[in-house]
Amino acid sequence: MSEILLQIDGREVKASEGMTVLDAAQSVGISIPTLCHHEKLDPYGACRICTVEVETGGRTNLVAACIFPVAQDLVVRTRSEQIDQTRKTLLELMLAHAPDAPALLELAQEYGADKDRFEKEPSFCILCGLCVRYCAEVKKANAIGFVDRGPNREINFMPEIASKECWNCKECFPLCPTSYVQAAYHLTEALAFPPPASKPASEE
Amino acid sequence: MPRINSPAELEEFRKDIISKRDPNKPCIAICTGTGCLALGAANVVTALKEEIKKQGLETKVDVETKVDVRETGCPGFCERGPLLVIYPEEICYLQVEPGDAEEIISETIVAKKVIDRLLYAAPGTDNDEKIVRESEIPFYKHQMRNLIGNNIKIDPKNIDDYLAVGGYSALVKALCQETPEQVVEMVKNSGLRGRGGAGFSAGMKWEFARKSPEKTKYVIVNADEGDPGAFMDRALLEGNPHSVLEGLTIGAFAIGSHEGYIYVRQEYPLAVENVGIAIEQAEAQGFLGKNILGSGFDFTIEVHQGAGAFVCGEETALLMSLEGKPGEPRPRPPYPAVKGLWGKPTNINNVETWANVPLIINNGADFLSSIGTESSKGTKIFSLVGKVNNTGLVEVPMGITLRDIIYEVGGGVPGGKKFKAVQTGGPSGGCIPEEHLDIGVDFDQLAKVGAIMGSGGMIVMDEDTCMVDVAKYFLKFLAGESCGKCSPCREGIRQMHKILNNVSEGKGREGDIELLEELCEATRNASLCALGGTAPNPVLNTIRYFRDEYEAHIKEKRCPAYVCKELIAYYIDPDKCTACMICSRKCPAEAIVGAKKQIHVIDQEKCTNCGTCFEVCPSRFSAVTRLSGEPVPPPIPEEERTIVRKSEKK
Repeated sequence: MSEILLQIDGREVKASEGMTVLDAAQSVGISIPTLCHHEKLDPYGACRICTVEVETGGRTNLVAACIFPVAQDLVVRTRSEQIDQTRKTLLELMLAHAPDAPALLELAQEYGADKDRFEKEPSFCILCGLCVRYCAEVKKANAIGFVDRGPNREINFMPEIASKECWNCKECFPLCPTSYVQAAYHLTEALAFPPPASKPASEE
Repeated sequence: MPRINSPAELEEFRKDIISKRDPNKPCIAICTGTGCLALGAANVVTALKEEIKKQGLETKVDVETKVDVRETGCPGFCERGPLLVIYPEEICYLQVEPGDAEEIISETIVAKKVIDRLLYAAPGTDNDEKIVRESEIPFYKHQMRNLIGNNIKIDPKNIDDYLAVGGYSALVKALCQETPEQVVEMVKNSGLRGRGGAGFSAGMKWEFARKSPEKTKYVIVNADEGDPGAFMDRALLEGNPHSVLEGLTIGAFAIGSHEGYIYVRQEYPLAVENVGIAIEQAEAQGFLGKNILGSGFDFTIEVHQGAGAFVCGEETALLMSLEGKPGEPRPRPPYPAVKGLWGKPTNINNVETWANVPLIINNGADFLSSIGTESSKGTKIFSLVGKVNNTGLVEVPMGITLRDIIYEVGGGVPGGKKFKAVQTGGPSGGCIPEEHLDIGVDFDQLAKVGAIMGSGGMIVMDEDTCMVDVAKYFLKFLAGESCGKCSPCREGIRQMHKILNNVSEGKGREGDIELLEELCEATRNASLCALGGTAPNPVLNTIRYFRDEYEAHIKEKRCPAYVCKELIAYYIDPDKCTACMICSRKCPAEAIVGAKKQIHVIDQEKCTNCGTCFEVCPSRFSAVTRLSGEPVPPPIPEEERTIVRKSEKK
């Protein structure tokens, strides 16, 4: 595979074709924050917290490091006033949904994000899609998916599939940055396929 | 329908069609585009055909009628539909009703007399200033109709009509006289920029796809026209589908593609129908399929109907949708020219871009590059709507001023109202105020004033428009159309819409404008696709030009245009009210207390601020007034409400 030379935060970095800017940065220990990224999953580029500045052909753009492919002589900056400001606003927007998520709070501290900046909308989900994608890509089960779009987008377990697939898996639980997927699962379970012990006595 | 196997056969066939057509035979061309159909054009067509039969203008022997009725696509003057043009005299009748059919046939067709009542008269003028010929109507006179000009001459369901106006001659030229490289070069030299929104050079895009070594490549027509109030692409696909097919086939030849798709929204049933018929006819005659016109080039086109998601107009979301996946954008790079449909190099252009191609091939690159400005060549179709006298489709050369479009073509703002802004570029566009009306319309000039060309939507707004309300409307639209995948777009738009809602309801707080600006910045910088990237435009732009309106809403709780319902009130001036009872009868909320000779009073508790009383109060009284940002005076005491006329006082 051909070697690609690029510059990240002033450092020369060797990468190979097919790598993303995030891969290249991580390979030399430069850290870029991520929320929706997972090494076992296809790059997704949804949370945008990994936004970095790239310079190609004299033009500077903000791109998501987790999906932007490396290129010869690419100049990348992982921190700048604009990047930090963007990350801060994104964190504040997500904190309106999940104000107590440890992953968000940790980043909030670093970027000075105020978790009370926006009116709370406690959906507890930041729609990073780790659960949905893990279930589809790794487990090939598709027991959980996105429904609706725009601000109404949410995750939902498909009761027909979840009732068969999830009981001895639950591998998505530790992936969730807000622990909402557990709640969503138990809600679905209680409503659609309650375990025998929890059934009301009258039904038995 | 014979299959045509060579350029010579096509010319023979074309000659044959033209020779069978008598240019002096009367022909009634009536618009049956979606707009005119909605206004009842189908009934007019039926009435005309019956009348032709009744008046014996149909000769039964050879089934040929002595009068042709041609059902055409949209010529653009939707404001005055249903409309028809009678040839060879080019008499244009507007707002025609089925009841006019008899007179049209007996007077105009038989007796060769013009019916005054159906002619164009400038709005607000006396009836004596009538215009007979279509091309002399001011709405048309100031346009340059290279693309939609043929619409009235063509029955889109009949390929012969397209051939009669020279159709498919560009295809012959490209396939039989030029190399693919030469075609790409021509399109590049013409300066044609994509008409879908971003304005990227079409020729460059073609070249990228051309240069890819992959064997399988695709070409796509993006007909997912989703901007509210825009219908340029619909009119082209409905009215002249072959011009788009011809452009696409030439593009496929240039790029080296053998499969094309037309991605059209299913809300455009007539466009879907007409383009389907056009493909069938083109296939039957050998303009599509194997060995087109004997050139050895194969190309097929399929129509794919989209389910109506705005975001699917974004090219990568369109590709996802075509592949049968959820219509969510995917990251670029890789660009579609490298890795597009099913991972293959793909060239996507907008309907109008494709329709320009035959013009360039037929007339040369200079033809297009001689029209327009330094950076933007050719003509552009706009759908001119809103508070303007002549709503409809207008095609104008790039570089024409906004003022000329609105006042010369559009006939100005109706009802003597003051112009406030013109919104261009769809929901992600911008509102341009009076001070910039003299800029020449092209991609870069519009961007300079904070708007975009977009696909060509143009909404005129008058003094009764609240700019906060406008921003709120577009953000609501975008919130509903965001796919929700990436957080800046989904959350940024959600919060911006929320703040705008608060501002319009009088709950705005000091610092909201700055917060909006910050959200705009993050949404623009970090979004995955152009929907999020441009979503802040309506907010930034209205703040830029109408900051005072935002401040009035936030600081004074006042809506200067009297639009935001939570911030306005209606009040009846007791000194002016004559107790005519009109408002109290019309009030849908029964909020007006009043009786004969009793000064009317609005019960503010019951009032829904619908404004009916304000509209119906006779102008000679003008007793109902609008208030905003100030308290409503207390109602006059009941004992003082009785009106005593002067004559009675004596």
